Amino acid sequence: MTKSNFTRRGLMKTGAGAGAGLALPTIFTGAVWADAHSGFTNAPQGDSVTLGFNVPQSGPYADEGMDELRAFELAVEHLNGGGDGGMMQTFSSKTLEGNGIMGKKVNFVTGDTQTKSDAARASAKSMIEKDGAIMISGGSSSGVAVAVQSLCQEAGVIFMAGLTHSNDTTGKDKKANGFRHFFNAYMSAAALAPVLSKLYGDDRNAYHLTADYTWGWTQQASIQAATEALGWKTVNNVLTPLASTDFSSYIAPVLNSGADVLVLNHYGGNMVNSLTNAVQFGLREKQVNGKNFEIVVPLYSELMAKGAGQNIKGIVGSQNWDWKLGDEGTAAFVKSFGTKYGFPPSQAAHTCYAQTLLYADAVNRAGSFNPCAVGEALAGFEFDGLGNGPTLYRADDHQCFKDVLVVKGAENPEDEFHLVEIVEVTPVDQVTYAPDHEMFAGGELGACNPGA
Amino acid sequence: MDAILLQILNGLDKGSAYALIALGLTLIFGTLGVVNFAHGAIFMIGAFCAVTLSRLLSLSHPSAEPTGTDFLGNPKFDDVLYVNEWFGETAGAFIIDWSVPLAILFAIPIMVAVGFIMERGLIKHFYKRPHADQILVTFGLAIVLQEVIKYFYGANPIPTPAPEVFRGSFDFGVLLGFEANAIIYPYWRMVYFAFALVLITAVFGFLQFTTFGMVVRAGMADRETVGLLGINIDKRFTIMFAIAACVAGLAGVMYTPINSPNYHMGMDFLVLSFVVVVVGGMGSLPGAVLAGFLLGILESFASMPVMTSLIPGINQIIIYLVAIVVLLTRPRGLMGRRGVMEE
Repeated sequence: MTKSNFTRRGLMKTGAGAGAGLALPTIFTGAVWADAHSGFTNAPQGDSVTLGFNVPQSGPYADEGMDELRAFELAVEHLNGGGDGGMMQTFSSKTLEGNGIMGKKVNFVTGDTQTKSDAARASAKSMIEKDGAIMISGGSSSGVAVAVQSLCQEAGVIFMAGLTHSNDTTGKDKKANGFRHFFNAYMSAAALAPVLSKLYGDDRNAYHLTADYTWGWTQQASIQAATEALGWKTVNNVLTPLASTDFSSYIAPVLNSGADVLVLNHYGGNMVNSLTNAVQFGLREKQVNGKNFEIVVPLYSELMAKGAGQNIKGIVGSQNWDWKLGDEGTAAFVKSFGTKYGFPPSQAAHTCYAQTLLYADAVNRAGSFNPCAVGEALAGFEFDGLGNGPTLYRADDHQCFKDVLVVKGAENPEDEFHLVEIVEVTPVDQVTYAPDHEMFAGGELGACNPGA
Repeated sequence: MDAILLQILNGLDKGSAYALIALGLTLIFGTLGVVNFAHGAIFMIGAFCAVTLSRLLSLSHPSAEPTGTDFLGNPKFDDVLYVNEWFGETAGAFIIDWSVPLAILFAIPIMVAVGFIMERGLIKHFYKRPHADQILVTFGLAIVLQEVIKYFYGANPIPTPAPEVFRGSFDFGVLLGFEANAIIYPYWRMVYFAFALVLITAVFGFLQFTTFGMVVRAGMADRETVGLLGINIDKRFTIMFAIAACVAGLAGVMYTPINSPNYHMGMDFLVLSFVVVVVGGMGSLPGAVLAGFLLGILESFASMPVMTSLIPGINQIIIYLVAIVVLLTRPRGLMGRRGVMEE
């Protein structure tokens, strides 16, 4: 498949109106967009529209990817009028009525990111070029998200990011066609710091082990800045290869370093193994500087907690969402998902489901599938009822701002679904930052690209 | 000094895994002349034998009466473990706690069968084919095996803890006169190292002190002459393949408490184990063991913060650097035999 296919397909679909569509997208209002059903990549023809769900179906995050896929399928079912409607019932915007998107039946295609940037780009490209996907969503890695977001910008389709936590996704690598519902590393750190201060005090020496790629770097920088603001000292930051499986060589020097806190800036299998190794080496039973040695895992997930088993008990971290939240939106989603699949949804599933509804709603409100119209509808959009409380899709960087959960591993979980317990719901004000914050500097949203 | 001792200890358990996998690889290469890229997958299957036994021991049926409500508000029934019903709660808890050591007994027949089926069913058809063909087919087999495991067990790591009594760590520092916490080493890693030594000794003893082993060694040295003496060396080599699979499988079983097993763990070890075999000398069993421990320890040293700050990335390339140096200075590896892969 070559890039020239975009142009050919686009020309066939757009005809003479393409020039105007390309030249003036950002000045349209919603009403004007409503008449513009062409002039952009993969403008839906007929009575259906195709969405592309690009998730890891193989590789180390395949389980997370499968949960994302379940959520996408559920969202499509609800959009097409099936099931109980899930969070469509609680969503503050009421444009979704179970008749598809703008009256068009929603179909979807799936791709396998393999948690590799090149594979993810290839599958997204295939879904756009061969299957006519008008929106791409999904993913469980920031490296993948950044790569696919860039592709979607070039191709002229909307990218609704799945699980991506690096600051860069809506920082230096942000794009006008890309939108992130999931929280980021800065927000994790901002939410965690006060809780860490309360639990462990302000006089601590932290040792960081950090996954050596974009997410790890931004996570480490964020948590280091937040904890140093408390008065903590950073003893060392050791970068660990992403492919590492045995972290004993990195864990062993920690106890001699004078550190009394170990921060594991790891995710997925890395986190499971590094935490297991840390517990094996008895770190949690040790006393250093007259204090109990503590371990912090800034980004949590239920699937990781399951992998870490008993080692996760009492370990503090943060989450974007948890199925145990008591709000109406969460209850509706958990009921739908749990009834269909037999177990509660993960936060990866939640963010993917929410992103699909948000996209569909934005299209309905814009009255067009044109990515620039959809982008306008999403930028600055304030909503509620999707499980995180009142939320803003900030126009400056296309990042969602909402409450963040501080969680910890349950000491005595009643079953496999209660491995994580909520410690605190950190209010959105506490995790909000300026669009030009230094940790997000270096990139521009640029102009939206309708493609074609 | 304490940091050096600590990294030596660390290297020993890592080296134990390398040595056990490389030992099996060398046995197969030395006897059958096959470069078996599926050997890492065999290690992974061994680990999943432990997972399987743990799950079998945790089989349960729902309690007769609901004990609460589930996450959807429906009646929730507790899991009643069969093992508790059959043996009582104390004995049941003990059996589940010791599932990893018990998995050794569970894994032996399975791994022998896996090795036998693999050799008879596929690999024997590639004995006379070029090494490139053998690598291709065994690598393909490895991918198939890991995908099968992923299909049944998922992609996430599965926690498989050591028995409670081995979950702590030992303070070697205090024993050696250093301050507390200077040299901490987990009990289970010590068990793993001791287990590896026993297994390696058993394999060497079997080859050295039994008639079967003597014939195999003769066959490794000169297969044709042994065949001319009327000995069915192929049959013995098939058994050696099964033994090699068993060694790798048991290494995998005992490794599960160190790192939670996942479907990809075999691949993680495979490439490094091949480097170990090459550094030790193709076809040399003592070389494989020596190189396994040597490279394990060097890898640990290279991961020390002082080393990574001095030479960034050294932890990722040290094994390959050593391999280059060894092959430049001793082209047959540390203890390689003349004539192996030199035709």
